[in-house]
This record gives sequence, C-alpha cells and structure tokens, in this order.
Amino acid sequence: MNHVISVQVENKPGVLARVASMFAGRGFNIHSLAVGPTADPTLSRMTVVVDGPEMEQIIKQLYKLVHTVKVTELPAGQGLEREIMMLRVNAEASRRGEIMESAAIFKAKTVDVGVSTLTFELSGDPDALADFLELMRPYGIVDLVKSGRIAMARDTKSKDGNKARLRSA
Amino acid sequence: MSQTMTGAQALIYALERQGVDIMFGVPGGAILPAYDPILDSKIRHVLARHEQGAGHMASGYAHATGRVGVMVATSGPGATNLITPLQDCYMDSIPVVAITGQVATHAIGNDAFQEAHTWGISMPATKHNYLVTDANDIPEVINEAFHLAATGRPGPILVDLPKDVLAATMTWHEPEEIKLPGYKPSVRGHPKQVKAAIELIQESARPVLYTGGGVIRAEASAELTRFAEMANLPVVTTLMARGAIADSHPLTLGMSGMHGCYTATTAIQQSDLLIAMAARFDDRVTGDVAAFAPHARVIHVDVDPAEIGKVRNPDVPIVGDAKVVLEQLLEELEKKLAGGAAPERAEWFDQLARWQRDYPLAFDQDPHGPIQQQYVISEINRISGKDTIVVAGVGQHQMWAAQFWGFEKPNTWINSGGLGTMGYAVPAAVGAQAGMPEETVWAIDGDGCFQMTMQELITASVEGIPVKIAVMNNGALGMVKQWQKLFYHERFSAVDLTDHTPNYVKLAEAMGCVGIRAEKPEEVAPAIEKAMATKDQPVVVEFVCDPEAMVFPMVVAGGSNDNVIMRPEDLPDPRGPQPEDEI
Repeated sequence: MNHVISVQVENKPGVLARVASMFAGRGFNIHSLAVGPTADPTLSRMTVVVDGPEMEQIIKQLYKLVHTVKVTELPAGQGLEREIMMLRVNAEASRRGEIMESAAIFKAKTVDVGVSTLTFELSGDPDALADFLELMRPYGIVDLVKSGRIAMARDTKSKDGNKARLRSA
Repeated sequence: MSQTMTGAQALIYALERQGVDIMFGVPGGAILPAYDPILDSKIRHVLARHEQGAGHMASGYAHATGRVGVMVATSGPGATNLITPLQDCYMDSIPVVAITGQVATHAIGNDAFQEAHTWGISMPATKHNYLVTDANDIPEVINEAFHLAATGRPGPILVDLPKDVLAATMTWHEPEEIKLPGYKPSVRGHPKQVKAAIELIQESARPVLYTGGGVIRAEASAELTRFAEMANLPVVTTLMARGAIADSHPLTLGMSGMHGCYTATTAIQQSDLLIAMAARFDDRVTGDVAAFAPHARVIHVDVDPAEIGKVRNPDVPIVGDAKVVLEQLLEELEKKLAGGAAPERAEWFDQLARWQRDYPLAFDQDPHGPIQQQYVISEINRISGKDTIVVAGVGQHQMWAAQFWGFEKPNTWINSGGLGTMGYAVPAAVGAQAGMPEETVWAIDGDGCFQMTMQELITASVEGIPVKIAVMNNGALGMVKQWQKLFYHERFSAVDLTDHTPNYVKLAEAMGCVGIRAEKPEEVAPAIEKAMATKDQPVVVEFVCDPEAMVFPMVVAGGSNDNVIMRPEDLPDPRGPQPEDEI
C-alpha cells in the first residue's frame, strides 16, 4: 500500500541527495518524490510516496537526517493529493471528436494538437488521473509525463479548537 | 578575536578552540594549506603511514578518551581511504571529525587531479557531512561538526575543504549560535515511560539487563552498576559494552550472542523481561530474531529513536541518554522501593548459577601442546592488570579477547564491533595510546589483521607511542577457516597465511619495534613480561598458536539462540546451515 509523507527539510545544498541516499541505503522504495520551496525560504518540502510496510522506520530514519525538520504522514485518502500529467494520444481525424468529448468530462486541457495526435494536460486527484489514463489507453498512448505527487493535510481545526471539517475541496 | 587570516588558519584555530590536542593524518596536495598553520599550533599532528590508519587512530583515541577524535587527509585517494574508518565509527557510534582537502571550487566536477566526490561518497558513512565553499563559514561548520559528533548518538562527521577555501582570506568571527532546527536529541526519558519501566521491572521474575555500547559512550557505567544492584538485575554485556560493568561483579553474566557465553545467551532466551540499555539488537546478539527472547517483554532505552522498534518492538520505549535515563530509573525505583528491597528472584539467580557452573567459558592449555590463544589472553590480563586498555582486530582472537579478558572498567575495550574491520587493532591501539599515554595499551591481533595495517607500527615507533601488540599467529584467516571447517566440508579456500612468512620478529625490528616470539606455552608468560618491561618502544610479541582451534560457544548464523553449541561435535547437522544461508 502507498503512503504519502510530507517532509519539511532545511533548504540546503544536497538535501535531496541525502533523502534519496537514505532511502536507497535502507532499501525503502520510493514511488514518487516531488520537491519544492515553501513559504519560508529557509525550508523546502518534499512529498514522498512510498511503498511498503516499514513506515515507522522510514519516518524515524528521515528524522535522523540532520536537515529534516518535520515529517508528517498523511493518512491514505484523507489528505489533499494532486498530480499533474501530460498525455499524448493517437487521434486520427475520425476519432478526434470522441476523444475531445472524453477529455472534456475530465476537464483535461488540450495543450497541443498534432497531425495525428492530441496532447492533454490534466491535474488533480491521482485517482482521476489514473481513470483518464485508462480511458485514453485504447486510442494508443504516444507519450506520458507525470509529476510526482504533492500533498497537504486538510485543515480540520475549527475556531474553538475542536476538530471539524469546515470545507472540503 | 577579530583578525584577518586564511581559511586554513581559521580551521586550525577553530580546532584548537574545540580543545583538540592531537590529530592523525597524512598531507597531500589539496590539504597543503592546512598543514602550514599546524607548524604554529599546539595541536600535535601524528603522521600516519596510510589514511586508513589515521582514521582508526582517531577512532581508538575517541574510544579510549571519550573525546572527539580528529583525522586529516587530502582529496581523492586520501579521502576515500578514510571511508572505512568513518563507516566503522558510524556503526559503533564513535565521535570523530574528518577534515579532508578538496580540489579548488572552480575545478570541482572537472575530474581534476586527485578529485573525488568526497561529500557524496562519505554521505552514507557519516552522521553528517559538509562541503565548505566559503572560508567565512569555517567557524560555524567546525563548531557544528564537533557538536554533531559528540551529542545525541555520537558519530563521524566529515568536513570537505577545497584548496581555494583554505587559501582564501577571511576575518575570524565568533561562531554564531548553532542553528539546527532538525537536530534536537532527546536526553531525558519520558517520565511516564520511566514509571512504566519500573513497574515491569518490579513484576519481573526473570529479568535481564541487556547492556549495549551506548552505556560506555554515555559514561553511564556507575549508574548502570548502581541500578543493577538496586533493582537486583543480572547484567549481560554486548561485545561493545564489555567493561560497562565490572566482570568481577556478582551480577555480571558476560557477553551474549553468536560467541557469547552460554549463561548470558540463555538468560536472555529464558527471560521474561529484557531491559535493553543503549543496545541495538544486532544480529550477532539476536540470532534468529523471531526466536529471540520469545517470552520477554522489552524495555528499550536508546538515544536514537530509530533504534527503537527497528528490530524488536518494545513494550516500553524510552528515548533518552543512557546516563540520564538511568538516573531517572534510579530515582523512580528508590521511590517505589521506599526503603524496601527489590525482589529477591532466588529461583532465577539459582538457575543462572547452575548454568554458570555447568557451562562455563573454559579452555584447555596442554603444557606440551600448541599455544591456545585463550591462554595468551588470560596471561596478558593476569600480568598487565585490570587498567590495561585492550584493542582487538576482527576474528577469532577478537572473540576470545571479549570472552576471556576480565574487564573491570569502561573504555578499556576497543574493537570494531559493527563493521568488523580487519586491521583495526594496530592503528586503533596507536590512537588509544596517544590519548592515554600513562596507560598500558595491548593490542590483541590476528596474523591476518596484523598484515593489513601493521605499517602503523612505524608511526608508533617514530612518534614514540609504545603500544604492545600480541600477534596471534595461527597461520590462517582463522574465523573464515572455522566456517569452512564447520560449514563447507573442510574445503579450505584462500585462508592459509603460513606461519613462517613474514618473519614477525624481524618485521617488528625493521619497523623500529622490539620483536619477541613465543612458540611454546612456557614461553608465553616470559614474553609478556619482557614486553611489559619495555616502556619506551612499541613491542610486537608473536605467539605461534594452535592452527586448528575454534571459537566456542557458537550459535550458527541466523540460528536460534536456544541452540548454543559448546563443541563442534554438538552441531545439530554435521553440515550445519548451508552456505547460501544468511551469513
């Protein structure tokens, strides 16, 4: 089962190499990894999707890295998870209409039109991306690029401190 | 002090301010700038004959003194030669700082002469490492490096310094306060868990205090001994914890594990409560984890949270420094006992005493037969006394030293436990002796190990570091031979060293040492006495030992600790586990 962990690290040279090396050295599998800056320029955030049952060890080993500031495991299905994908499919003139129709249902943006291909951009929940991919597969996928997953916990705190979901996206 | 200086001067000044009194190294091109200010420094530099030797010297120094050891090397091959000692220190939690030269910043990545990606290569072998690109960062980096090496779970830190950074001009400034938002080791155990631990200990009928090397690193021997006494707990010491409690103490059971003594290993197996004190459930201790201490509840104290639950899930986890947690446990126990005594556990102690009587550690020295290594070790122990610092290599001699030396205090046993680095003994002994010039330092070494790093005896004699080296010459890579004997149908492959080449006495003399040879049992004690009488020179004593001797007790690799084999005839299957089994 996949787990999503959000890792706040000091924004220092080589910190990605340290995290990647630790995963490799300890035999943990990375499914996907996305890195980017945070609102605080001294910190970066990594969102790591990992396979395997050793979550506690992974989190502890991440904490052991001197530049790791905070590690949060986002419970499966409860966080806000996003991926972006660009997908190029075979689209002969005769099938363009039905392909565009399917893309519209998924709110995929058409970003490139070739002589015999269409290229879509779709961002959103990883499951939706997977569904769209399955839908497109029969037409013949020419190329596919996916970002790593990024994720954030939902804000479940209410004003008086009680846990309450205010709004979900 | 706010003074203009070079990066190299700032480096040496920063090291002086850390209290460094000695460093072990080998110079070279990229580190050249740092070697100039050494001439004006009060820090003693010991010129090793190989960077690996310098690294193990720093490790031996740190082991013996408890202070941070410092190793220095140049870029490229100098730095890569430090990787083995760094990994060795990482596995055994030894505080060291490595200073390496690097090619100039503009040349990095160009495959320059003597360039290696030291930062990348050393990353998984260090607790943390640095590549300094601005001389102005040197005060902070050195400060952080020593802080990281010595605090929390101690370990090796590497600082890579490009030549132009060392040569650059900077203005010295007081290092800023250490800002490491992600590094806050827990020192005090959680009071609730400490309470829960005492509850379990009081209820236990068959407890064992399973002590690891962390107790020695935390300088917690006195607290450990008091706690064992107050709570009435038998104590097992791992290979790294030998000396954490005196072997002569009535509560001590000795070493457990693959070559541990029967009582210690079996006590853990039969225990109902295991108090793991700064120990990490190493595979050499546990054997088959699923069969390890099957009836025991576990209290696990460790300063490194990642060790807790890594191998065995504890009932009571306590993250904290061993010394502080032991003080907390003592305080809580005192409250709980309220003047009364701890449970007597007479049945358990009777059982332990029966095992000790029935399955003692023993050896047989035939006065007319070949010399047994256990006999040599016992004799060195008897003649040199309890304050001797003992340093071992890796293999049979190491296990026999751990078994048969009576350790009476901490920091007197120095060996490569986790990494199992052959060749550790000679350089580590030199480092230990350099740090503790008043003490007697004996290396117990194998002939295989000795041939890996013996050139550091040149360092010892030139620098006036009078170590004593016992070379157990059994003409073979003994431990490998033992495995081939037991598990590979006595098909001996690449283990024969011969007992006559090199000539160890001549070799010792050529390196500026006194060389002595003992070939018969009656020559053992006189040889040791002669070595003890030599105060101003390193001594090598070659003991020509039984080439067929094997280390027992033994638990076969990956086997259950319920099956402690006392003699080769007791192996359950004449073939033992198959070669493809886990090693």
